[in-house]
Amino acid sequence: MSTVLLLLITGLGLGALYFLVASGLSLIYGLMGVLNFAHGSFLTLGAFLGWEVARRMPDGSWLTFGVSILVGAVVGATVATLTELLLIRPLYLRHIEQVLVTVGLSLATVALFEGIWGVDPIYVVGPEWLNDTTDIAGALIPNDRFVLIAAAVIVLLGLVVFLKRTRYGLIIRAGVENRAMVTALGVDVRRAFTLVFAIGGAAAGIGGVLASHYFGYVSPLIGGSLLIFAFIVTVIGGLGSLTGAAIASVVVAVLQQFANFYLGGTGDFMVVALLAVVLLVKPTGLLGSKA
Amino acid sequence: MNAPDPILRVAGLSASIDGQQVVEQVDFEVPATGVTAVLGRNGVGKTSTLKAVLGLISRSGVVEFDGARIDGEPTHRIVQRGIGYVPEDREVFASLTVAENLRLAERGTTPNRGMVDELFPDLIARSAQRAGSLSGGQQQMLSLARVLMNDNRLLMVDEPTKGLAPRIVTEVAAALERAAAVTPVLLVEQNLPVVRRLAHTVVVIEGGRVIHAGPAAELLDDDERTQQLLGVHSTDHGAPRGGTDHGAPKGDTDRSAPTGADESREETP
Amino acid sequence: MTMIRRLRTSPFTPWVIGGLLVGLVAVLPLLDLSLPGVLPGSTYTPGTLQLLAFAMVFAALALSYHLLFGVAGLLSFGHALYFALGAYGLGIVLRDTELALVPAMAVVLLAAIAVAAALGALSLRVSGIAFAMVTLAFAQAGSVLVRRNASVTNGEEGLPLRVDNIPAELVGVLNTRNVYWLALALLVVVFLIVAWFERSRAGHVVAATRENELRVRVLGMTPFRVKLITVVLAGGLAALVGMVYLLLQSGVTPAVTTPDFTLTLLVIVVLGGVGSRWGAVVGGLIYTLLDQRLTALARSEAIQDLPEFLRIPLSEPLFILGTLFILVVVLLPGGLAGVARRTLARADSARARAGRSLDEEATR
Ligand SMILES: Nc1ncnc2c1ncn2[C@@H]1O[C@H](COP(=O)(O)OP(=O)(O)OP(=O)(O)O)[C@@H](O)[C@H]1O
Ligand SMILES: [Mg+2]
Repeated sequence: MSTVLLLLITGLGLGALYFLVASGLSLIYGLMGVLNFAHGSFLTLGAFLGWEVARRMPDGSWLTFGVSILVGAVVGATVATLTELLLIRPLYLRHIEQVLVTVGLSLATVALFEGIWGVDPIYVVGPEWLNDTTDIAGALIPNDRFVLIAAAVIVLLGLVVFLKRTRYGLIIRAGVENRAMVTALGVDVRRAFTLVFAIGGAAAGIGGVLASHYFGYVSPLIGGSLLIFAFIVTVIGGLGSLTGAAIASVVVAVLQQFANFYLGGTGDFMVVALLAVVLLVKPTGLLGSKA
Repeated sequence: MNAPDPILRVAGLSASIDGQQVVEQVDFEVPATGVTAVLGRNGVGKTSTLKAVLGLISRSGVVEFDGARIDGEPTHRIVQRGIGYVPEDREVFASLTVAENLRLAERGTTPNRGMVDELFPDLIARSAQRAGSLSGGQQQMLSLARVLMNDNRLLMVDEPTKGLAPRIVTEVAAALERAAAVTPVLLVEQNLPVVRRLAHTVVVIEGGRVIHAGPAAELLDDDERTQQLLGVHSTDHGAPRGGTDHGAPKGDTDRSAPTGADESREETP
Repeated sequence: MTMIRRLRTSPFTPWVIGGLLVGLVAVLPLLDLSLPGVLPGSTYTPGTLQLLAFAMVFAALALSYHLLFGVAGLLSFGHALYFALGAYGLGIVLRDTELALVPAMAVVLLAAIAVAAALGALSLRVSGIAFAMVTLAFAQAGSVLVRRNASVTNGEEGLPLRVDNIPAELVGVLNTRNVYWLALALLVVVFLIVAWFERSRAGHVVAATRENELRVRVLGMTPFRVKLITVVLAGGLAALVGMVYLLLQSGVTPAVTTPDFTLTLLVIVVLGGVGSRWGAVVGGLIYTLLDQRLTALARSEAIQDLPEFLRIPLSEPLFILGTLFILVVVLLPGGLAGVARRTLARADSARARAGRSLDEEATR
């Protein structure tokens, strides 16, 4: 029982990470039709710069931790905004070229990160409490799981409030459904493009810092490996659907944890198998409308 | 002749979709008052012409709105100059509520709720309903209401009566007539009685080109000419049509068989 | 003058030029040419032959990817899977069975075709961007499989080639030129198969689906079937290339299973010019040579003595190649093939103009 609980909560924690990456991917795709391959690099850069700031501050304090998360968010939002303005916007509506540019950016930046920070993992230290465990019904749960879950829930709620309550949220929801009609109502939808990139980048940056605490290290490859699962999550959840991304993140991560434990480390395969099943049964994903 | 300047002037307009030419060297003018109807058989490029004017599909040629060239501008700028667009098939945002659809359409700081409240009380009562769950007629009203929220200098309305029951057709026509009293309208319409009721001028398109332009009454009173240009008698109400006839080859739709309005049915969402 | 123009417009000319080029490349190992800065040594040395063979293998692989992306318009992020399947598959069969080389290759090829058919049928249920994501996921599963099952694949160490059942002519540094010829033959064969496919009915149909899927369906053909055929053919060819790669490198490492490896192919095809066969070949050759040169450059003193903000980016070949790629996408639509086409067109119209004024002068 306690094992099940541990796996479940660890899965939720990992799912939280997937969601932080997938939410931005899904919004960007839904609104703009762009697959952002450089999303992993936003995450990695957030993690590295978060660490660079943290190591200049007192080790293990909550303030340091909080500041590094903030740095991750700001860095992620900034590079994402620049990417949209400088690389994506000039290729407006040329979707394949836009994907290619983000592919090039991801190759170039990962190489650059390797040049700057080296290929070996850099170990990070967080507040002592994160490495402790909490006893829940007999299961000893590492505390960082709770932080991850809380962060993802806050981001999810923030996004929902933003989408439901603000004019830009309205534009984004409408644009995901029918972008051309939004412009035909006199709305400059490109500003919303920049905004979703910034939001997605911020979520990825936060995810980067949190991932470095979850895994215990940063490396230039951290973004790429999470990105692949985020892709799977967005397809399973339905491209463009935030709720779908949230549900699929949890399903994928929990399945992965259980399969890794009970089925001899086959978590990654079970996830791909789940993807195959979803493709067979409902190619548009759980909550998606476009395939 | 001392005609006032037209509100919209189109000259040599061509447009293509996915590399396929759908509008070819179209010229016409929309007077600054009244309703100008664009007629033509299915698939001749009426919708594409409107989309080309708005920059929704790639186009070339001259488009002047109120004396200013707009053919190089992005869609949202063109619309902000004061054009209200009611697309074919309504294109309301199905996942948004009625109120949200209207809020999204508000352009200026002073939305013009008066006319909307007056014309569409039924819609206002359904503010919180998801637009996707409205009936076809209600969706058409919403699509119209979306543009009537703003002060426009031109309305472009694409087949507003398509697939609607006769009673709703009358309601839509009445609403359009109200709107046309203050704003010039460019109307694509297959229902000839509606055209006769609203339009002053007609432009007939065939194979992506303008083949006739002139006063509405003159064409519609000449049954033979109408039959020749539109393949339909001027007394017809327009055949009931679904939304799937777009792939039909140009001009081969035979709509000369008399079809009454009683055959048209309201679309269910 | 007219002779030249006739040559330029004749459909056979590219094939004649191609044949001559192949002949030239075939005799390189017998010559003593050097191209300092481009090749590491004279053309008969094993090191240079190895590099050139490697470049040709890459060009052949890029051609198979061109089938997907350039012809069918399918953006795949998982093509590495089939290449790796060929290389690892052949390595494992040669190690664990006593099959001779050719039967072993046939077995692996059949396996690759079966896998491509199954995964292709699944991933083609979605299109566009979702197809890209799904192929990536499948390839990633393959990559994990290789890394995790060290008992079969030798894990991160890489799988060495067992040479017992391989013709002696293909083994050892002294026989590098035989492997070189093998690589050349592979490139020619793959090129011919791809060209034949593009001319076949299926090839035309699949190219039409890229432009307008709806129209194909209206014409009564099923886009799914021709796309699947393309995916299977591309997968089979990639596996074949992977097998030659194994022979050339005397082994294979998990690096060829990664998404980055597929991205490299994408870079090559875009660099050469999407939709152009020659572009894919030239892109593959240039990319490989450039990658090799940039790696050498990164270690050179000229770079190592630079201040840090220049040294770090310049000593990462992938950074330079990635940046180059972005620039090509943004500034050079059509890649190298596009540039070549435009240059030729410009030269043509210039010549036409010159010809006309000459004619005018003559008549005056
Ligand atoms: N997305 C598209 N892809 C390819 N062809 C298209 C597309 N949209 C329209 N067309 C073609 O362009 C031509 C003109 O279409 P358009 O919608 O402008 O006609 P229309 O006059 O509005 O017809 P209808 O009366 O049926 O609304 C048609 O032949 C149609 O098949
Ligand atoms: Mg139309």
